[in-house]
Amino acid sequence: MTDNFPEIFDTRGLRFAIDDGFNWIVANYGDLLEQILMPLLKLLGTLEIFLQWLPWYVTVSVVAALTYSAARDLKATASAAVMLLAIGCLGLWNDAMSTIALMLAATVVAVTTGIPLGIFMARSDRLRSMALPLLDIMQTLPIFVYLIPFVMLFGPGKIPAILATVFFAIPPVIRLTDLGIRQVDGEVVEAIVAFGATPRQKLLKVQIPLALPTIMAGINQTTMMALSMVVIASMIGAGGLGYQVLQGIQRLEVSRGLLAGIGIVFLAVIFDRIAQAYGRRAQKHLATGE
Amino acid sequence: MTAADIKIQVDKVFKIFGGNACGAMSLVQSGAGKAEVLEKTGCVLGLSNIDFSIRTGETFVIMGLSGSGKSTLIRHFNRLIEPTSGSIRVDGENILDMNTKQLLAFRRKGISMVFQRFGLLPHQTVLENVICGLVLQGMDRREALRRGMEQVELVGLKGFENRFPKQLSGGMQQRVGLARALATQADILLMDEAFSALDPLIKSDMQEQLKDIQARLKKTIVFITHDLDEALHLGDRIAILKDGELRQVGTGADVLFRPADEYVERFVRKVDISRAVHTHGAFVTVPVLRAVEATEERCAALLRDAPGLIVVDGDGGQRVVTAASLGKPIRTVSVEADTLIGQSFPHLQANDAIIVTRAGMAVGILSREMVFRTLARSARAA
Repeated sequence: MTDNFPEIFDTRGLRFAIDDGFNWIVANYGDLLEQILMPLLKLLGTLEIFLQWLPWYVTVSVVAALTYSAARDLKATASAAVMLLAIGCLGLWNDAMSTIALMLAATVVAVTTGIPLGIFMARSDRLRSMALPLLDIMQTLPIFVYLIPFVMLFGPGKIPAILATVFFAIPPVIRLTDLGIRQVDGEVVEAIVAFGATPRQKLLKVQIPLALPTIMAGINQTTMMALSMVVIASMIGAGGLGYQVLQGIQRLEVSRGLLAGIGIVFLAVIFDRIAQAYGRRAQKHLATGE
Repeated sequence: MTAADIKIQVDKVFKIFGGNACGAMSLVQSGAGKAEVLEKTGCVLGLSNIDFSIRTGETFVIMGLSGSGKSTLIRHFNRLIEPTSGSIRVDGENILDMNTKQLLAFRRKGISMVFQRFGLLPHQTVLENVICGLVLQGMDRREALRRGMEQVELVGLKGFENRFPKQLSGGMQQRVGLARALATQADILLMDEAFSALDPLIKSDMQEQLKDIQARLKKTIVFITHDLDEALHLGDRIAILKDGELRQVGTGADVLFRPADEYVERFVRKVDISRAVHTHGAFVTVPVLRAVEATEERCAALLRDAPGLIVVDGDGGQRVVTAASLGKPIRTVSVEADTLIGQSFPHLQANDAIIVTRAGMAVGILSREMVFRTLARSARAA
């Protein structure tokens, strides 16, 4: 017989305490939280309906125009358009649109909260030393573990899906905003302060513009992580391409899973291209003359 | 020196870096040195009992090796760094008593700064960089652009105003930094090793340009450098800093020939004296005659008592007569009495003697022998 690790104390008590505490939050604040997050749900719903209502050729043209304005490259533009058309041909258009809606909504929330958090982190070493381990935990904790509390709070549906996606996707944009601002040449910052800039002017005129390429890299990573979350989020009711993959697993239909998977890959490639091209353009003036 | 002449008065300034500043401060006041403070409290003594004043319109050079605290000191003048104790008065007002709003106004209008690695905004053009201070002052953009263009022309960068800083050479980038600092029309110009990152040739060009600009604008310049030649060339007065302590404040000649202690003496030992001694310390006053008075007999008589004499022609042209010229007036070069002696070397190579003038009037002559005697005397003193 092998020696098992001795039971030093009974973990059931600890587990019960955590569960009870969480249940108490659900019972007392569940409704309130749901109310607070209603606008988010409305935003997501409207976005999804709008994207599905939009005629496909308009969507394809808009994506092509975005790619071109970012990359200034006909080949990249054409490949983005072809990939989006392929998604339509595979019969995945509506699913792809709801996936894009979820991804965009989650990315917008992650970026609008992540950048200010990153800025605060760059200002305070103490905040940074507390936030870094937290971000490490967020990035390594298995995704499924996030799902449990969110589902308990809101029940299966789009709100827990989008919140879990935001939590999963937000660390890169926080980290890279912090890093980008900390990497800005100290003498440039000193110069603008010496000429009488307020802390706000220092942030808006120097720190953010010079950190922009790094921040854009963070936004890009956040977008990609939000997209990679859609399959798992579909388990709690996010719908879209992820739901097709999930159904493929449940019904053992290789074709359904494979086609939806290819759709996700195409979306990832399109959005990665656009985000990266914008990042490079943000960097252009910093690199001239090199 | 009257109170009105003083632009910046630094009074008993101490700066201690580190958490335990109070403990370190009492230790410093009981006479502990930098090493002892570090050992006992873990604090770094940045500046210790700094006391001096800078006059209106002078170029004041603060010199020291790296780690001497000179960059820390210059950052006290616009409060990029706050002192642990002491006071700094600009035009009689203690800048440490300024509130946030007053400090911003002071930084915008009263003082400007040039940085070692330029500190330009890489995402803005040359012109936008130059008007940076004006925009922060809240000046109308069109007026700021007009004033900015004037500064761009002043530093000789016309035609480059729409380039980005990275597209320019180091010397040109520092001109942008200089134009940016001049644009705000602040009285005080802080220059933190402004020319140290430049090539030697560009560096001496920039030094000349700064002297030119200073002759016209008469700013109060605080210049930081670790290069003694640069300090002697630019500075009206020089302060020497070591380990956060002021070792000597004085003119170039004071520092060279009357070093306050052994450290300063070692510091100045290898300097090129010809760049520190002025012509008025070496030349000899000689009789000045009008051309009609300069008969051959008269010249010969005067040459017995003087090393030479000067003949001024009717049209203002000056000629020199020496024993070497066999009593004949010959054409030569003129230099002002307050130029550095080293600047006359090329003239003396071509001429036996050159004419020394004060405000354009001929007063005396300078020969190779006089220069040599002065330098030899100076070298012995140093």
